[in-house]
Amino acid sequence: MRRLLESRFAIVAWAAAIALALPPIFPSGYYYRVGALVFIFALAAVGLNLLMGFAGQVSLGHAGFVGIGAYAVAIGPAHLGAPSWLCVPAGAALAGLVAFLVGRPILRLKGHYLAVATLGFGLLISIVLTNEAAWTGGPDGMSVRRLYVMSQAVSGSQTWYWISATTFCVGAALALNLIDSPSGRALRAIHDSETAARSLGVDVARKKLAVFVISAVYASVAGSYLALLNGHITPDAAGFLRSIELVAMVVLGGMGSIFGSLVGAAVLVVLPQTLTSFHDYEHMALGLIVMGCMIFLRQGIVPALAAALPGRRE
Amino acid sequence: MLWRVGATTAPNGRESNEAFEPMADLLQFVFSGLTVGAVYALVALGFTLIYNASGVINFAQGEFVMLGGMTTVFLVLAGVPLPLAALGAIIVTVAIGLLLHRLAIEPAHDAGAAVLIIITIGASIFLRGAAEVMFDKRFHSLPHMFGNEPIRLAGAAILPQSLVVLAGAAVIVILLSLFMERTLFGKAVVATAANRLAARLVGINTRHIVGFSFAVSAAIGAVGGILVTPITLTSYDAGTLLALKAFAGAMLGGIGSAFGAVLGGLLLGLLEAFSAGYLSSQYKDAVAFLVILAVLLVRPEGLLGRAGVERV
Repeated sequence: MRRLLESRFAIVAWAAAIALALPPIFPSGYYYRVGALVFIFALAAVGLNLLMGFAGQVSLGHAGFVGIGAYAVAIGPAHLGAPSWLCVPAGAALAGLVAFLVGRPILRLKGHYLAVATLGFGLLISIVLTNEAAWTGGPDGMSVRRLYVMSQAVSGSQTWYWISATTFCVGAALALNLIDSPSGRALRAIHDSETAARSLGVDVARKKLAVFVISAVYASVAGSYLALLNGHITPDAAGFLRSIELVAMVVLGGMGSIFGSLVGAAVLVVLPQTLTSFHDYEHMALGLIVMGCMIFLRQGIVPALAAALPGRRE
Repeated sequence: MLWRVGATTAPNGRESNEAFEPMADLLQFVFSGLTVGAVYALVALGFTLIYNASGVINFAQGEFVMLGGMTTVFLVLAGVPLPLAALGAIIVTVAIGLLLHRLAIEPAHDAGAAVLIIITIGASIFLRGAAEVMFDKRFHSLPHMFGNEPIRLAGAAILPQSLVVLAGAAVIVILLSLFMERTLFGKAVVATAANRLAARLVGINTRHIVGFSFAVSAAIGAVGGILVTPITLTSYDAGTLLALKAFAGAMLGGIGSAFGAVLGGLLLGLLEAFSAGYLSSQYKDAVAFLVILAVLLVRPEGLLGRAGVERV
């Protein structure tokens, strides 16, 4: 029990404490929005981290699942008359189903081949979202109706800050729970060596597929929240750069560190916000930051810090 | 769209009464496909050179093409004659390729594949941003080298510049293979590609080989960009999608095989042109990636690659 408290729920408790501690020092409502974005992207990053950091499978197309979730809450109410609250789980189910169908053949691939296959998959989704203008509004995107729960509008950065922070904590707890389960150990065995894991009796294909589906669901929920927070969605949300941002969040925070995903998301969401005053140089700065972090903080921020502090495990 | 395959068929290509000529259409698509495919092939070749020398997948490869095209455009606008501008652009791009290796790749040479991929993607975003600031955000073109009056061949209209692109790509591939086979340095590059550790043991400075492969890849990309800009136009963000497609082309041929890279690039160009012509021009990018997915699933090692054996 003691070990359980230390290893598993300490991380969630830290995340919750941070979420509670920040609002009093927010100078304006705008910071709630940035905070909500951090938790939303952190949620997607946690899902991707399960896939990359634990199962050792890279995905360069995960923003495709973010896109599915985002467009589910946009298209559902606008074209199908479905209530927004229902579209969040429906989008997650759809993303999971797509991941299940696509993952079965794709996850047989390894290394760079897996990278190009997931990349192609992500691009396919963003191409469809861009081209099916009758449904999605094309490259200009479409507006997203507000979420109503019991005829009460859920809107405003502050509300979404609390919703996304809570969802992140729940998502992180579930992910940590998975990691400590027999399935989680099987995944780490796959990470180290697929052949070795297989010879130990791990159903490699099934475990990989399961974690792919889970990571797609995380990304989809994050996408739905993103669309509902912004009230507008464009195919950029599913684009290649977004996929790379997600991968960068995972690697920057530290592969295999759930708390690291929150840190990685925070860095990559907050930095561009602070750079908006140098708008022209935003891409240059982003590129430099990504390169610099990968060169000098290769293991990721959180594992590097954990290694620097003796006697503390992340 | 960043790459306009259809541009070779417009605007003074065919008259309306020639609409139903399957052979002419086919020939037209083959030529536009080969033209774009030649550029994919050059970029894929650059991927392969760097990958073989260092194991790095360089996602900034497409930026070399963009830099070649954009630098030439802006040197010409500044009044530099085209041949000198092209030479200047190649030198600038090679310098950037060398800097990329020296400042970003070498300090992280012992990192994992994922980290190195992200570094090159960071470099790609950086170069794009730099081009956005130093040049501008508009589309640019260059004058055609032999005029833009299309050559008519069995009902199809072929731009002379397309032939320049194809000839240029062929010359580069031939020169490169001669260099690899005939010179000592080229043989050192081949040896490094075959086995880095063994190459180091026989006294080859693999660090220089990797730097060299970055320089050559940058030069190849720049030449491709200069040749194709009159047809496809170029802009600061033209590199990203190009890099992705060429990467897919290299994968299609089998990563690590130079011949496979050229073949994969050309095939991808043809596939795109055919799907744009016969199916849907909106979905031409999608069809290309769909076919690549299918090939990867049926033959994961690519058309010409060898199946690897995993060791525990």
